[in-house]
Amino acid sequence: MTSPSTEPRAHSHGLGGIPFSKLATHGSFDVNDFPVPAGREEEWRFTPLRRLRGLHDGTAVADGTDKVDIDAPAGVTVETVGRDDERIGAAGFPADRVTAQAHTSFEKATVVTVAQGAALERPVTIHRQAQGGTRYDQFVIDVKPLAEAIVVLNQTGTGVRAGSVDIHVAEGARLTLVSVQDWDRDAVDVSQHNAQVAKDATFKSIVITLGGDLVRLSPKVAYKGRGANAELHGLYFTGDGQHHEHRSLIDHNMSNTRSRVEYKGALSGKDAHGVWIGDVIIGEGTTGTDSYEHNRNLQLTDDTRVDSVPNLEIFTGEVEGAGHAAASGRLDDIHLFYLRSRGIPEEEARRLVIRGYFLELVNRIPVEELREEIMAKVESKLAEHE
Amino acid sequence: MTKFEIRGLRADVLIGEDERQEILKGVDLTINSGETHAIMGPNGSGKSTLAYAIAGHPRYEITEGEVLLDGENILEMSVDERARAGVFLAMQYPVEVPGVSMSNFLRSSVTAVRGEAPKLRQFSKELQGAMKDLAIDPAFAARGVNEGFSGGEKKRHEILQLELLKPKVAILDETDSGLDVDALKVVSEGVNRAKAGGEMGVMLITHYTRILNYVKPDFVHVFAGGRVAESGGPELADVLESEGYERFVKAGA
Ligand SMILES: Nc1ncnc2c1ncn2[C@@H]1O[C@H](COP(=O)(O)OP(=O)(O)OP(=O)(O)O)[C@@H](O)[C@H]1O
Ligand SMILES: [Mg+2]
Repeated sequence: MTSPSTEPRAHSHGLGGIPFSKLATHGSFDVNDFPVPAGREEEWRFTPLRRLRGLHDGTAVADGTDKVDIDAPAGVTVETVGRDDERIGAAGFPADRVTAQAHTSFEKATVVTVAQGAALERPVTIHRQAQGGTRYDQFVIDVKPLAEAIVVLNQTGTGVRAGSVDIHVAEGARLTLVSVQDWDRDAVDVSQHNAQVAKDATFKSIVITLGGDLVRLSPKVAYKGRGANAELHGLYFTGDGQHHEHRSLIDHNMSNTRSRVEYKGALSGKDAHGVWIGDVIIGEGTTGTDSYEHNRNLQLTDDTRVDSVPNLEIFTGEVEGAGHAAASGRLDDIHLFYLRSRGIPEEEARRLVIRGYFLELVNRIPVEELREEIMAKVESKLAEHE
Repeated sequence: MTKFEIRGLRADVLIGEDERQEILKGVDLTINSGETHAIMGPNGSGKSTLAYAIAGHPRYEITEGEVLLDGENILEMSVDERARAGVFLAMQYPVEVPGVSMSNFLRSSVTAVRGEAPKLRQFSKELQGAMKDLAIDPAFAARGVNEGFSGGEKKRHEILQLELLKPKVAILDETDSGLDVDALKVVSEGVNRAKAGGEMGVMLITHYTRILNYVKPDFVHVFAGGRVAESGGPELADVLESEGYERFVKAGA
């Protein structure tokens, strides 16, 4: 093997093989290929294992239910399929034991297909309300060539959830996936998004994580042709005791591909913990890669914790652009000064600046109604911390 | 009738954790409503420091003296209280606040300074009018505060705020720098509109006599070495323009 890849292989090597890169480009569909993590492993070292409620060591029992409502406009097919459907798992390996556990244990998968050339009149909305217990799930979002779609995965309720969302964006297609983790405060969610982006296609991921006790979300992107483009945007607001972990991986395994990763979080309250791992691989023999990633954290109180790790691995000299930036800190006192120098009281100035910080990202959501809906959720979460 | 008095003001710029440097070394200046005082002085003499210190910028600390607005020491007030009391600073380098829309910001500001929220429709009419007067494209209202504005666009928006907030004292820190000829005229007219009622005092910091042809000063002060080195009438500006500051820099050193 000469180049890391998230392409699924017929036979998995699990974690037993010799990794070409330390990045988690390897994986397996079989939970038994992964040892039970102890907590010191690179991919687990930031995650509080005890709060995974047994997802990682095989003790969790799948006994949960979800209420799922899907609103699909014309041009979209929604199917519920069994384990043997060949579309499941075709976008990439589970990269860790929990995701592999979900793949090993799920019963039914949901497949959403957007027909070739379709331009949807409204977004596809998947309302997923978790109703307690533990559940493993698989979703497949298959956007056929030249189609254009927005898919919203709106997740609320309580329970322990693990699974994958497989995403195929075919030639010339455009998909915006808005994934909202608005779980109840005690929920646990470990999931992986695997996107395969074809020639001249654009995949835009917008991740909004507000709820839960522990959320660990790993969006991964691999390319299937030149001119493919992926933009991953993330927003998290992490309150007292919450653990929000986002682990993106962009594998520039093809030439002339582009990626942007932009994650912005705010943390407030005791032991609020935000983790961002931004892995980017620029594969051997590729040319014309254009990649940039960036993570910002606003620590609204001193008792919060941030781990921010950009990780760029370049295996070629022919890069068009690659860079990263990370910054964590308090609210900018000069921003506050400017607003206050116009008479705006301190509290209100703080609110304006924090909202502005998030609005920059929310404004990337293509539908106004959706922007307002998301902003309302952010607002109510903010209100809890003021 | 408003009296704005700066008395024996000393201030440090806060550089690092325990590094600071004294910049203002005893500034005395009184500005009555209706008066325009031009402040001219060499680069680095402390003009912006004076402006920022009065406004309460967090990077400066006042070590001595007082600033009285009708007898009340504004230095005891918070930054926003000073603004609500009627002190306005048009900054030399206005701050970009990403994600906060100009219209939202202006409405919050006007609400705070006037003490009550203006009716939405009335306010948007007022805002549109004020923007038109300053030849500002209405599209700016939807943009982030100063976000990606050109230098001149930022300055116009400072004067837009001046006109909306109607302060008792306006400190204009190099509002004329970076303006093209037409913009200078538009901006000066804005300042003159705000002055028109005779209820506002103006401290106009500038390097050029150009703006003084539009906004007529009653007094001109030379600022050097962290203090007012000399004061005179409008004719002093012309003297400075032809002779420079050399005399005062030497005197200050
Ligand atoms: N962070 C800093 N560290 C060191 N010196 C500083 C700092 N901030 C300001 N100063 C110094 O304070 C002095 C006064 O600066 P100020 O900006 O008030 O000058 P100014 O008169 O407004 O100049 P200009 O005409 O160029 O605008 C300058 O010498 C400047 O270098
Ligand atoms: Mg200056």
